[in-house]
Amino acid sequence: MENPVIELEGLTKCYGSVKAVDNLFLEVGKGEIFGLLGPNGAGKTTTILMMLGLAEPTAGVARVCGINATTHPIAVKRKVGYMPDSVGFYDGMTALENLKYIGMLNGIGEKEIEKRARETMELVGLGDEMQKKTAAYSRGMKQRLGLADILIREPEVIILDEPTLGIDPSGVRAFLTLIRTLSRQQGLTVMLSSHHLHQVQQVCDRVGIFVGGRMLVEGNIESLSHNLFKEASYVVQVTLREQFPPAFENELNNNPVVQKVSISGNAMELSCSEDITPDVVRLFVEKGLNITGVQKKEFGLDEIYQRYFENNLKEQVSNGKSGGLFQRSFFKKYKA
Amino acid sequence: MESQAVYFKDLFSKNTKHNTAEYAINPFSVMVRKEVADHIRSWRFIILLVLVLLTFLGSMYVSMESLRSVVTNAKDPDRLFIYLKLLTTSDGTLPGFHVFVSFLGPLLGIALGFDAVNAEQNNGTLMRLMAQPVYRDNLLLSKFAGALIVVGVLFLSLGLLMIGGGMIATGVPLEPSELLRILGFIALSIVYVGFWLSLSICLSVVFRHAATSAITAIGIWLFFTVFYNIIVNLLVTSMAPDPSNMLPDEALSYNKLFLNLMRISPGQLYTDGVTTLLMPSVRSLGPLTIEQMAGAIPAPLTVKESFMIVWPQVTGLIAATVVCFALTYYLFMRREIRS
Repeated sequence: MENPVIELEGLTKCYGSVKAVDNLFLEVGKGEIFGLLGPNGAGKTTTILMMLGLAEPTAGVARVCGINATTHPIAVKRKVGYMPDSVGFYDGMTALENLKYIGMLNGIGEKEIEKRARETMELVGLGDEMQKKTAAYSRGMKQRLGLADILIREPEVIILDEPTLGIDPSGVRAFLTLIRTLSRQQGLTVMLSSHHLHQVQQVCDRVGIFVGGRMLVEGNIESLSHNLFKEASYVVQVTLREQFPPAFENELNNNPVVQKVSISGNAMELSCSEDITPDVVRLFVEKGLNITGVQKKEFGLDEIYQRYFENNLKEQVSNGKSGGLFQRSFFKKYKA
Repeated sequence: MESQAVYFKDLFSKNTKHNTAEYAINPFSVMVRKEVADHIRSWRFIILLVLVLLTFLGSMYVSMESLRSVVTNAKDPDRLFIYLKLLTTSDGTLPGFHVFVSFLGPLLGIALGFDAVNAEQNNGTLMRLMAQPVYRDNLLLSKFAGALIVVGVLFLSLGLLMIGGGMIATGVPLEPSELLRILGFIALSIVYVGFWLSLSICLSVVFRHAATSAITAIGIWLFFTVFYNIIVNLLVTSMAPDPSNMLPDEALSYNKLFLNLMRISPGQLYTDGVTTLLMPSVRSLGPLTIEQMAGAIPAPLTVKESFMIVWPQVTGLIAATVVCFALTYYLFMRREIRS
């Protein structure tokens, strides 16, 4: 990648003997929306803190816009807007005052601040509520105000830590759409961490799965699912009006691309290495079966996530420790 | 309260006009301004203000009442310093204002600082601030400066109010030396409150809960005002032999030891300093021998001489403040902030 905006090189952070972040390499390019995915306690927040110079890495370098975040945190913070996972405001001040305070800390002059703060409040959809005290704000409104905090500074990079936490589904959609629009319009680089896969899937260009302080895989969602579900890339679900005739699966199993057939009642799930949906349908019609539904299953992050954790869990049980063989072999496979 | 807030707004916006070339105010003054506004609007400060005002009015009333008898007392070399007398005289029912300050000052400092950092951390606003391009020390410094500005303005206005009221009531012109002494008293009081302020800010960095840091600060204050005196007394009396068969030199050295131990307490330093400043005839804070007193005329000292006497006390208080503040820096600067 040429001139990455965020560049992590062998970033490591230890708390005592516990490695919160373990030798992390990552590059995020300009204008990209990158999703950092992982369960709670995976080290996402620690990584973000190191990118802002708020935590010192034990080893490695974090560079944002080419600036070393550990040695020049102020220069980095001038370019980066960061929204923490539980963003707090001064309850005694109104939302507008809170926003103006942040704006002024960022060197916006007194003449300009009022106008800009109002504009930003309109932009995030809080135009009618800007004179309310933030103590009266709901969680979703606080989240929007947090975004306003970032936007008033006109940053080059936005880092959001669990931005969708505690907002209702429609709020999440609106929030993420806003972020995506802004990123596309102004070429903002966005990094967001989450454990909500669906939401991340909606907006991210690229995701990285982060567990136990390590980046296990990174890439866009298609390539991830392709890597993880090599043996079963395509899954077709067929439903009939009646029960399947007995021993029907033998007929399908004769096909070399079919890997697995499972029938229960009037539903069938077929895993195969190539997309043979038309052939299957044709076969069914020839047999005179009444198809009520055919569905090609797409692998979303949920499946990727689940699949990985199932394996990881088994691994942990058998190895008695985390970060065992599977991780390494998987990582190798992915790299290759 | 409103008018004070307006006053500050004007005060600081003058600064802004200076900076119009850069078209932005430096983040530190933005933070100080917010701190001052926060304090002025807070109930906590209003309650303390009322408390200070009441004690001020009470002690002023008492000293006004007994002023005539004090001024006509020919034995007192300080009798002509009317304004100093106003501050220090008491008829035994109510202590003088400086005694009240030595008592209320710590409370003021503790109340303004005990939740400075940990409340921000618990509300999640610390993280938000730290994500802005401001230096970490600006936060600590603004907490300290904001509270100190509020306290300074409070004491200064009380002092000037006292002078003005005294002028109207007595019609006696103010001596320059008196003004200097009163300003010295105000400055010393601010430094004294500053010590407790920096101690409580330090505790607010150490403890995550505001209640814990408040209790600890009040504990330290009570220890110094109530128990420390008793402990030092016990210690020195247990060390010293029976006073009846002690040589004068020995007695003197034990007395000095006692005083020096007492001076570890900031309250003692403050009382020493204030006594010297407000009572011009005080020549020494320790015991004087007959030889030292020989030839001395019981007359008030000049301002400069009084300042020379209190200088060690002032240095001690400032040093204690700086130590607390440095400790706060050390603890806070490299700490990882997580909500």
